[in-house]
Amino acid sequence: MSTELTDPPSPDTLPAAPARHQRFAAAWARVFEGNLWILLILGTIVCFFTITSGTTFLAVDNGRNIALDTSQVLLLTIGQTFVLITAGVDLSVGSVLVFSGVVAAKVMVAIAGTPETTGVIGEGATTVAGPSGPVGLAIVAGMLAGIAAGTAWGAFNGWAISRLRIPPLIVTLGTFGMALGIANLLTNGVAVPNVPAEIQTTVGSSQVAGAIPVPVLVTAIAVVVAYFLLHRTRFGRHTFATGSNPEAARRAGIRVDAHLVKVYAISGFLAGVAGIIDLARFDTITPSTHTTDNLNSIAAAAIGGTSLFGGVGTILGGVIAAFIPAVLQNGLVIRNIQPFWQQVLVGAIIIVAVYVDQWRRRRRNAK
Amino acid sequence: MAGLRRSRMTNVLAQQPAVELRAVRKSYGHVDALRRADLSVYPGQVTALVGDNGAGKSTAIKVLSGAIVPDGGEMLIDGEVQRFASPLDARASGIETVYQDLALAADLDPAANLFLGRETLRSGPLGRWFHFLDFAAMERETQERLRELRIELGPGAARSVDALSGGQRQAVAIARATSWSRKLLILDEPTAALGVQQTEVVFDLVRRVRDQGQAVLVVLHNIPQVFEIADRITVLRLGQTVGQFATADTSMGEIVSLMTGVPVGAVLDRDEGDG
Repeated sequence: MSTELTDPPSPDTLPAAPARHQRFAAAWARVFEGNLWILLILGTIVCFFTITSGTTFLAVDNGRNIALDTSQVLLLTIGQTFVLITAGVDLSVGSVLVFSGVVAAKVMVAIAGTPETTGVIGEGATTVAGPSGPVGLAIVAGMLAGIAAGTAWGAFNGWAISRLRIPPLIVTLGTFGMALGIANLLTNGVAVPNVPAEIQTTVGSSQVAGAIPVPVLVTAIAVVVAYFLLHRTRFGRHTFATGSNPEAARRAGIRVDAHLVKVYAISGFLAGVAGIIDLARFDTITPSTHTTDNLNSIAAAAIGGTSLFGGVGTILGGVIAAFIPAVLQNGLVIRNIQPFWQQVLVGAIIIVAVYVDQWRRRRRNAK
Repeated sequence: MAGLRRSRMTNVLAQQPAVELRAVRKSYGHVDALRRADLSVYPGQVTALVGDNGAGKSTAIKVLSGAIVPDGGEMLIDGEVQRFASPLDARASGIETVYQDLALAADLDPAANLFLGRETLRSGPLGRWFHFLDFAAMERETQERLRELRIELGPGAARSVDALSGGQRQAVAIARATSWSRKLLILDEPTAALGVQQTEVVFDLVRRVRDQGQAVLVVLHNIPQVFEIADRITVLRLGQTVGQFATADTSMGEIVSLMTGVPVGAVLDRDEGDG
């Protein structure tokens, strides 16, 4: 086993500062972990639309819109990445998002009160009396309740998967239906009315430092935290180990079952946050939306290099990939091309991405 | 029962065993996996555990590594009675096991596998509060450990274990076990998947660990290999210890006959008849 030769030293490496140079290169390689090509695809798309419809596409406002449109699926993609790395899958994210939004909306309306309860309502009324209760309290309590509800669904997924030994696909398919069904029961299937408009003005459409929308800021923070959690901490290491070889992880003293509960709870938590963002952006939440969010988040994670078989994945890959659908959609609309091409192109990219992943693995194993 | 058990006093027995099983029993429902297992492993010696399929070798190893709790009998470590409720207890006692499947996370690199479940955290608040990993320290210690055991992994090793050959993976698993074992290293069928050359490399590793003064217990099917590597041999048959020997005091014929329960002459006759 000692027959392999080490690589000969590269002649063009400067002998003066090799350690720093190599450490930088290694850090760079770890940042992208072979996902550079997906960044190139995104870059190509951006370049194409910039050249063909420059100022409209590249405008700050447009970039802000793309970031806003991507923020929710990006949050789901982060959770999905953790779950996929454990060799699981979370089909319930879109429904949990809706459920969390509905719970948050109901709590807000219950605390803030509705125009009906104050007895002031008129036909086509745009100037009905505002909520009667404490609006600030209502919004905070609603947000916390919504996020707690999402986390609870995630924890339930993890519990059923790890303790009842039901495959993740089945458990989350079940909760996908349950969460959506209960959300429909709570709302009779229609958008929740009378949510305090303040949530839109303070969260949904407000901007930090006059430029960054709050949902985008929240998502950016989630990305940074998730990056360090997955790639720098013991929690992340155990996540990879659990997906790579659960039995080995167990024998190494890692509490795999508890870890799975935490990972699915993270996914549920992020779906809850995404639900709040939905509510804040549109001042209501409609149960019939977000039905394909689960597939979109899986697609983004897979395009970003996360293995559907577990043990392999990166946060940044998923982040880059999550932008592709929104950028395509946006650019196609601006170009007056049928936006349905977006579905076609994203579908093709998924297939290519997984092919590249498998090709990379084969090459690695052949060495 | 006692009549079947043979023990020959040699000078090595004057030493205290590092780990000892006494009359250990374990049944699964109505199946007696172990009926009366006695086993002594000594520091600085390689003990081979042999037996036919279903003799209870795996069960005995699982008892020693804390994976199962026996129904009866006792386990002594340095002469003191101990009970393991979980593999963590065994590890706390300095017992490490290299399982037949190696129990490596194939997608992780050798350092991550070496420190699996025992990661080194960064000093300072990042490590203490957020459990940030100290990658550099783990990598450094891994390289040191591999160098000590004279294991060369080559340039492909930086990435993941599944880029390594079978022998190299075995070496990583052994390096991990020896990094943490202080008392006893257990290897379950370490050569089953290996070629001749790789088997030699693994045996070299085993000897080096032994020479560092640890006890080594190795399960082997291949009897010539047993005689090549072991200082002592323990034979299990149908869940019962039927012989404990110093390798120098016994023969392949005797071991095989004890394993199978067929007298020495009969085994030889049958082998000749087949040939």
